[in-house]
Amino acid sequence: MEAITQGLAWLQANPGRFGETVLDHLLLSLTGLGIGIALALPLGVAVARSAWLAEIAIGGAGLLRTIPSLAVLAALLPWLGVGFTPSVVALALLAIPPVLVNTVTGLNGVDRAARDAAEGLGLTRRQQALQVELPLAAPMIFAGLRISAVQVVSAAALATFIGGGGLGDLVTQGLALLDFGRMLVGAVAIAALALLTEAGLGVLERRVAARVGA
Amino acid sequence: MIELQGVSKRWPGTAQPAVDDLSLTVPEGTSCALIGPSGCGKTTTLRMVNRLVEPSAGAIRIGGEDALAMDKVALRRRIGYVIQEVGLFPHWTVAENVATVPRLLGWPESRIASRVEEVLGMAGLDPGRFAARRPHQLSGGERQRVGVARALAGDPPVLLMDEPFGAVDPLVRGDLQLEVLRLLRTLGKTVLIVTHDVDEAVRLGDAVAILRAGRLVQHAPAAEILAHPADDFVAGFLGSDRALKRLALIPVTEAPHRPGSAAGPPLPEDATLRDALSEMVARGVRVVPLAGGGCLALDDLLSFASGRPDA
Repeated sequence: MEAITQGLAWLQANPGRFGETVLDHLLLSLTGLGIGIALALPLGVAVARSAWLAEIAIGGAGLLRTIPSLAVLAALLPWLGVGFTPSVVALALLAIPPVLVNTVTGLNGVDRAARDAAEGLGLTRRQQALQVELPLAAPMIFAGLRISAVQVVSAAALATFIGGGGLGDLVTQGLALLDFGRMLVGAVAIAALALLTEAGLGVLERRVAARVGA
Repeated sequence: MIELQGVSKRWPGTAQPAVDDLSLTVPEGTSCALIGPSGCGKTTTLRMVNRLVEPSAGAIRIGGEDALAMDKVALRRRIGYVIQEVGLFPHWTVAENVATVPRLLGWPESRIASRVEEVLGMAGLDPGRFAARRPHQLSGGERQRVGVARALAGDPPVLLMDEPFGAVDPLVRGDLQLEVLRLLRTLGKTVLIVTHDVDEAVRLGDAVAILRAGRLVQHAPAAEILAHPADDFVAGFLGSDRALKRLALIPVTEAPHRPGSAAGPPLPEDATLRDALSEMVARGVRVVPLAGGGCLALDDLLSFASGRPDA
């Protein structure tokens, strides 16, 4: 109970600081997620057609997934130093596997007959991808996106260890200063952001699935 | 017109070609049924015509034009394509599905809209009821009708159909076959149909081409192939009732009638000699009355069937 009172007190005393950290956290997450998607989605589309390339991509994604986020951050330190950039790079790397894997499996799960008809009716390769394959794979791809987003929002809390900012700062500072109120606000906010992301994108995902309505 | 000349397909890493030096012509406005046991190369042959499969050798001409020299995508937009699983796009409405090729051809919206209505009507679907539906809201037969409408929408001179009625339940299949056949005849389309069903082949194909292990074994009008199978393989494939299948191709109206009447209900006008024979067996009689007047006798039926030029 005391911790909650302390937390509320800190929040009341530092509303500006809190807002800033949340924005930092969101900026960090969105940039990392955006770059990750921008890489994973086209890569998934490119490799889905070839069975062995798809296999390599999925295997690589699995490998990337098993490396702990903290280890990635630490490993990037010697090359990229500290701050926003290495944090974003690490988050982007984290965002890639779910989107990549779901794009490949989503595209390969598209009804064979619909793909055959699209090709046979004279859609170009590009039209097949944009008008038939991607829309039909959209629910699966979107699910990957949701998983990535939640992971990135959670992992962005670790950026504080390499000076990337975000809500993790409140936790580490609280720990260093033994300011439990500040620490609690940071921790709760991180959890709440992750939950909100999950719930919000979950609703969107069901809408996408209903639109495709196969 | 569809012309295949010395066409072969050899898949990498296989000893036997899937299609071996096949030559076949489907004259303008007629239909040809490609038939044979599974793995005989009939679907590969069909898919080489719209170049979903590239031939390893040979020439293919459509309406006199060299199909292998044309741009693949442009070629396919000029060829109607119907497949067993239909392959409707589930995220599009019926109207959007049917509009696929006209849209690819860049028709103006108003022309697309009227064409969609027109072909849906041709395929036996009321546009008012069906245009806005999604594929998952249709029965199997309705789905296949949309597939046919979609293939006809761009008004292609040539149609390729791969087991077009295979996924439709047998009750609906017969009607749908006849209806589509009549439609394609009226429109004067040149049609290549792949099927594994002998009844469907002789019913839909003006000519029937039988394939075995990638080679053309026999290519002749349906009635002739039933009367004179080229070898034991063809005879076995057509089945022991091939004489009856042939009778099913001849309308009773073509056989000589006798004046007068006979006992029992008359045969309808669109009955075939097979129907007539079946009725005689069922009723235990040698003469059946016809709806158009007069009657048909067993002796006349037999001598007519065996005396026809295709017998």
